[in-house]
Amino acid sequence: MELTDIIKEENLVLKKSGLLTDNVMHYCPGCTHGVVHKLIAEVIEELGIQDQTIGVSPVGCSVFAYNYIDIDWAEAAHGRAPAVATAINRLHPEKYVFTYQGDGDLASIGCAEIMHACNRGENIVVIFINNAIYGMTGGQMAPTTLLGQVTATTPYGRDAKLNGFPMKITELLAQLDGTCYVTRQSADTPAAVRKTKNAIKKAFQNTRLQKGVSFVEVVGTCNSGWKMTPVDANKWMRDNMFAKYPLGDMKDI
Amino acid sequence: MAKFRGAIVVDIEHCKGCNLCVVACPAKVLDLHHDVNGKGYHYCYMKNPEACIGCASCGLVCPDSVITVYKAEIK
Repeated sequence: MELTDIIKEENLVLKKSGLLTDNVMHYCPGCTHGVVHKLIAEVIEELGIQDQTIGVSPVGCSVFAYNYIDIDWAEAAHGRAPAVATAINRLHPEKYVFTYQGDGDLASIGCAEIMHACNRGENIVVIFINNAIYGMTGGQMAPTTLLGQVTATTPYGRDAKLNGFPMKITELLAQLDGTCYVTRQSADTPAAVRKTKNAIKKAFQNTRLQKGVSFVEVVGTCNSGWKMTPVDANKWMRDNMFAKYPLGDMKDI
Repeated sequence: MAKFRGAIVVDIEHCKGCNLCVVACPAKVLDLHHDVNGKGYHYCYMKNPEACIGCASCGLVCPDSVITVYKAEIK
């Protein structure tokens, strides 16, 4: 059997989602953002809600998310994506509104906004990428940085006495009555990617049920910030981050 | 012998050579090419195309969606 016999339209298994634009993603090689962008595009395409979805992009590496997924977008000030999404959702309750935020954006400067948006039970989806570091600005310590982890601003490792403890923001949000679906996933293996896609799909479907905030955390890597190869970064994440940030559903009502 | 044969097509110019697909492949089909693309990245290719089973693991983990997967039944 020749390759030309296999490579035919009727044998297609997987191709680039039609919602992803032809722009080359500016992310570093092996960045988790690319995988999650792809999953969001695939979910929106499968649900057939391209013209009803509005995304809110954050400040951080994923600030240019609007260049890559062909839907309507708004750009929020640093950390304020849940506030902007609240406004959009209240003006257009029939739309699917989601925010896409990193850990510096959501857990640090946007901590108040996400807490109160979740407490109000806004009918939005929040995608939270946790890579334990500020990626865009050069790998500084984030609230989610692990104890002992070396970053640009903690060159001797994060010290609890000086820098406090890693923040488990997803567990905090699961305590709030306004959230309906809170889960933590990863995107390092094919199986994990499939699970994350199912979680994102469920989160978008929850929008129609008017139950509150659906919150999907994706534990990701920042191989440039961590100074590792993409493959080593995935291994480091499995060995170190999953112990502090265990995967699974925290709340599903 | 496998009942299915797979094949992938790589968008070479958009591949960033991150090596995640090579690690994810259960049949050890993929590797990074000795040559580089226009941006200087060692792009992925099918080093061992006969072993491909079309499972699409490579395409799932690819951050830049450069891999298209095909799968055909062996008749």
